[in-house]
Amino acid sequence: MKIHQLSLFLENKPGRLSEPCQALASEGINILTLSLADTQQFGILRIIVRDWEKARDVLSKMGCVVNITEVVATEVEDRPGGLAEILKVIEAGGINIEYMYAFTFRYGDKAVLVFRFNDPDAALKVLQAKGINVIGPVELYERMRS
Amino acid sequence: MPDFKVENRILDEEETMPRAQMRALQLKRLQEVVARVANVPFYKAAFAREGITPEKIKSLDDLRRLPFTTKDDLRQNYPLGFLAVPRKEIARIHGSSGTTGKLTLVAYTREDRETWANLCARFLVGGGLKPEHLVHIAFGYGIFTGGFGLHYGVERVGAAVLPLASGNTARQIMLLQDLAPDVLVCTPSYALNIADYARNNGVEPSTFPLKYGHFGAEPWTEEMRLKIESELGITAFNNYGLSEVIGPGVSGECALQNGMHVQEDHFIVECLDPVTLEPVEDFAYGELVFTTLTKQAMPLLRYRTRDIAALDPRPCGCGRTTTRMSRVKGRSDDMLIIRGVNVFPSQIEEALLQVEGATPHYLIEVDRPGTLDQIAVKVEVLPGIFSDKMSDMQRLRDAIDRRIQAITGIHVKVELVAPQTIERSMGKAKRVVDNRNLNG
Repeated sequence: MKIHQLSLFLENKPGRLSEPCQALASEGINILTLSLADTQQFGILRIIVRDWEKARDVLSKMGCVVNITEVVATEVEDRPGGLAEILKVIEAGGINIEYMYAFTFRYGDKAVLVFRFNDPDAALKVLQAKGINVIGPVELYERMRS
Repeated sequence: MPDFKVENRILDEEETMPRAQMRALQLKRLQEVVARVANVPFYKAAFAREGITPEKIKSLDDLRRLPFTTKDDLRQNYPLGFLAVPRKEIARIHGSSGTTGKLTLVAYTREDRETWANLCARFLVGGGLKPEHLVHIAFGYGIFTGGFGLHYGVERVGAAVLPLASGNTARQIMLLQDLAPDVLVCTPSYALNIADYARNNGVEPSTFPLKYGHFGAEPWTEEMRLKIESELGITAFNNYGLSEVIGPGVSGECALQNGMHVQEDHFIVECLDPVTLEPVEDFAYGELVFTTLTKQAMPLLRYRTRDIAALDPRPCGCGRTTTRMSRVKGRSDDMLIIRGVNVFPSQIEEALLQVEGATPHYLIEVDRPGTLDQIAVKVEVLPGIFSDKMSDMQRLRDAIDRRIQAITGIHVKVELVAPQTIERSMGKAKRVVDNRNLNG
């Protein structure tokens, strides 16, 4: 049920973001969503792509430091309070969120969020026990196509 | 019984000479060398100024009456103004690697060349070299003394040489696998470079059949030794030399790896305060100053090396009686004075090697944006270090910062940079960029 996320170390200098994006583009790899954390000196780019193994190889070959992390994607009702309800469940389960970001696409009246938990397996159990729809990679990529 | 990592072998009886006998030999040779250089224009002028004649050297204490020789003196007498023999007696010319400016040249007679090979052979044998071994030399060959010095030292022992020189790391790794040399000779930073390159190309460096390594030509730390030993699965020995004095072979470690034995039958070593030029106490750090006792072509009196190290006069468990010198902690001219505090690049390296997840690939940048010195240390991020969590990265950066502060006493700005963005050295690593305009 977990999704592979690629993270890249980038120096905070002009051009450092476009280089990996260009490399993925020339291999026909589409970035489904991304998030960028930055400091004055460096940034961490996190991306989700369908063919993560190929993307990892492409980026490693160009000398990028690439890290693979497992993240969890969940559906969220796109209305006031939708996110708050999920966060309450996570909080009650004692699960720590390292960071989170969203997919750009919507599915019906639902948005899709990406969570990086300190313990993804424990988080999955908590979410599923509360009936929150966790989207696995197969379903996720299926939706992207439709 | 001392714990020998390799078989304890000693090449020459001079290495184990009783101290009184060594001092007598040194005095005799000092008197001879003072006579030999009396007609070298630089020394002739200095002797006339100070009223020195060879007859006035009556004890080793009289060494202190002799003039110093500096790198600058050698430059001013470029190319061969220090030659003490007729030019036709020159058998080889080498030079400094030019780390700190203009090239300086040194000449050797046939006898000097033989002496040099023997000095290198001494530390190679001390580190376990036997005639049946194959030695992979990845030092630069050329005017730099490293390649040829070790090359002839290995041949003197009767072992085989693989003279690969530095560079083309892929080929170095191929031959480390295919020819299975027993011993690796190069700079310590290049040894780590080879290990890195191998691993990045899917070869586990500790599987090379290497047994020992002899590393030198740049300062390195004990942590770096442990890293080289574990990465390459070898025993790593330190050796020291500088072209002006003779090249590698001035001193080298024995099987006990506990300080480098100075070849005192050929060199007198002094350890002086670099500012007052007074001797420091035993075991205290100071600038090493060498007088060459046996060199024919270009003997030097009291050559100021700018290398900061300490001397240990105690006899060693290996049986040698010669004075041992510590690792070179830094250079009196590489020493950075940051907000009044003396900082050596080797201290930064020591700190990095103590932080889990940091790499020894670094660059120190010194700036003075206003009136206050700022020092930034760029450290490469490797896959093993990198995390997708900002907090982990900041924790690493803070850990490096704290470690450097603990060792140097100053706060530096630690910058994490992408892999392979810091230039790799094939020879001596460039570790410091000083952007301060200290003359303006």
